[in-house]
Amino acid sequence: MAKLRSPADLEKKRQQILSQRDPNKTCVTICSGTGCHVLGSDKVSEAFVKELSKNGLKGKVDIRRTGCHGFCERGPVVVIFPEEICYLGVKAADVPDVVTKTLVDKQLVERLLYKDTTGKTIAHEGDIPFYKFQSRIVFGNNTRIDPKSIDDYIALGGYSALARALFKMSPEQVLDDVKKSNLRGRGGGGFPAGVKWETTRNAPGDIKYVIVNADEGDPGAFMDRSLLEGNPHSVLEGLIIGAYAIGSHEGFIYVRQEYPLAVENVSIALEQAQKYGLLGKNILGSGFDFDVKIHRGAGAFVSGESSALMTAIEGKVGEPRPKYIRTAVSGVWERPSNLNNVETWATVPLIINRGVDWFTGIGTKGSKGTKIFSLVGKVNNTGLVEVPMGMSLMDIIYKIGGGIRKGKKFKAVQTGGPSGGCLPENLIDLPVDFDELTKVGSMMGSGGMIVMDEDTCMVDIARYFLNFLSDESCGKCVPCRAGIEQMVEILNRICAGQGMPGDIELLEEICETTRDASLCALGQTAPNPVLSTVQYFRDEYKAHIEQKRCPAGVCKALVSFFIQADKCQACQICLKDCPVQAISGAKNIVHIIDQAKCTKCGTCFEVCPQRFSAVVKISGEPVPAAPPAGTEVIRKKGKQE
Amino acid sequence: MARGNIKPAEGKVNTGVEKAAPSTTKIGTQEQEPNSVEKIIDKYKSDKSALIQILLEIQKQNRWLPRDTLMVVSKKLSVPLSQVYRVATFYKAFSLIPQGRHLFTVCMGTACHVRGSPRLLDRVEDTLKIKPEETSKDQKFTLETVNCLGCCALGPVMVVDGEYHSNPLSKELEELVAACD
Repeated sequence: MAKLRSPADLEKKRQQILSQRDPNKTCVTICSGTGCHVLGSDKVSEAFVKELSKNGLKGKVDIRRTGCHGFCERGPVVVIFPEEICYLGVKAADVPDVVTKTLVDKQLVERLLYKDTTGKTIAHEGDIPFYKFQSRIVFGNNTRIDPKSIDDYIALGGYSALARALFKMSPEQVLDDVKKSNLRGRGGGGFPAGVKWETTRNAPGDIKYVIVNADEGDPGAFMDRSLLEGNPHSVLEGLIIGAYAIGSHEGFIYVRQEYPLAVENVSIALEQAQKYGLLGKNILGSGFDFDVKIHRGAGAFVSGESSALMTAIEGKVGEPRPKYIRTAVSGVWERPSNLNNVETWATVPLIINRGVDWFTGIGTKGSKGTKIFSLVGKVNNTGLVEVPMGMSLMDIIYKIGGGIRKGKKFKAVQTGGPSGGCLPENLIDLPVDFDELTKVGSMMGSGGMIVMDEDTCMVDIARYFLNFLSDESCGKCVPCRAGIEQMVEILNRICAGQGMPGDIELLEEICETTRDASLCALGQTAPNPVLSTVQYFRDEYKAHIEQKRCPAGVCKALVSFFIQADKCQACQICLKDCPVQAISGAKNIVHIIDQAKCTKCGTCFEVCPQRFSAVVKISGEPVPAAPPAGTEVIRKKGKQE
Repeated sequence: MARGNIKPAEGKVNTGVEKAAPSTTKIGTQEQEPNSVEKIIDKYKSDKSALIQILLEIQKQNRWLPRDTLMVVSKKLSVPLSQVYRVATFYKAFSLIPQGRHLFTVCMGTACHVRGSPRLLDRVEDTLKIKPEETSKDQKFTLETVNCLGCCALGPVMVVDGEYHSNPLSKELEELVAACD
């Protein structure tokens, strides 16, 4: 492959790729993101290869293994183009049917289609509610691209924004566009990217760096990985454009080693871009030089903080430093370094190509564009969703997410990862953008959105996050190291039923000190999970402390499991599954839990068939006396509705 | 924190379960070709700033970082041994104790947590008879926790030697353990 020497070469290349592709040719795309991979997409794609040749369709139908489609709940996802027929939960055994019915006979395989609540099937991906209410401008191309093929990206107009920036715009104009677009950092802070770029551009020094932050450490968030795995060239194109605007000739992609597929796909993308002359010396004949190195992170949450990440790139321990001088002025090897999140970089080419007005037309007054969220937890449609800024929590959770699992009641939604907060039901109409979330005591963070139902204990959630942060605190500054540890101790005590009057106030006091005195964002935001749960769920804290009761039935020390004699159908499932043989009973004999033996693992509660619901959690009151051993079951009569 | 508390002064590792295994001991299949460490270092041209990358490759190949190896790294990169240890103990990816032949990883991410990962972890601990970050005495199993695997739709999720399992119950766990040789 000869290097592309001009924008005309790039366009010629694109036309050449398109001329070899028939837009009407059938293409089976198989999602190979982590979720679908785990659910067996490898086997599905093998099956397609086999079945196609069996049916004489080899060469007549393309197979494309793409990045994450987002609808992880119903994986493996298969979409057949050009009709955009979407099949969900496809197993290798379903593939012969799909090939003979859909590809040969042009009929739908009804059982694999999406069914709405009324049982009506939906064939087209775009019509499924999960996708219909999204605006997938950054994430959408994931479904159309083989991430290991630069040609796929170029075919969709990839790198045209780079050509435009290099040849039709001065670095100042690019910078100006990004500033005017008010693109805010997608990694958590929401700092305007253009302002940061300008600081680095104007900082003294000849050598400057641009960095992609793909050290996505927030538990429950995986949008950066999916973007980097599924469409690495979009991130790279944004990075090169940024480097041009800033005047940098060297860049880093800092990616967690826990994301091996992302490392692999980015490495391939860099190699391909080099070959095509889109990276390296004299990019597209413009005279602009730029190189990128990959740095794998070795697993430390705090290393995602900008100054810590830059220390890690130098090969040292990734601890934050005081930022009297911003990293934009003095970062890697004390040189001006501009760091942005994966999603921020991937948005840049769109702004350059489609214009500032288009971008600012999406979103709210202070937050423009779209944001990708990972919608997880107790929600029906788990997955990655991209929505315009300002969409309400209600719409995201119910319209796109399909509501709460098992028909339970919504209790809270946690946004912003360990630095964020829990928002209760009365805030569900809140429009989601940077400023609104901060106002109510949470934050956007990198975009994790964890839905919780009535079975979630908010004290336990606060304890979970503080535990996480206490593990991840680097220990350099005292308020964070000692403050978080003290809070964990108090929360542990409350969950163990040993809470004391005054604990809540003490927590609030420690929160204040930790927030005000910590060195970096980890400590400064660590109190958020505690403060937001205390603010919105104070009653739950009080129940733990004053009544020694866990209303959600989660905190082990405060909960007992009990089998209701009138409901038990003696199916023996819990009896067999109990890991400590604490359940006695037999066929037709009501099962009884030996409270002395019970370790409160909750297995019986989980396995008891929903139609019986005989196992209950009891908290804050004595466990009722068990029926005498040998009590016979009361059979439910006939079929109940 | 990396796994295993170290006491470099005594030249021994304190592993909690596998007590007093001298760091110089090479156990079972974990023996390493003598030149492979130097090869990795050469690949990075003995660049000091590549310390983390070099340790990652050694860890991947060897499944732990023996003291001897760290001394070689220190010498070849001209980085003080104390600094090499500082890096090796700071990051989670590194282990200063030998790892078991089978790795059980339980996801403790938020989504898995609300869907019951603490109970899953309890069951795994009971089945393997070890706690997180520990290795069984016979070097067969290592149990680890991870903060998010990004397959929240399957939560609570667990990985055994690269294979994902969604919320296995005690019986299924026993079958998984029995299948390990």
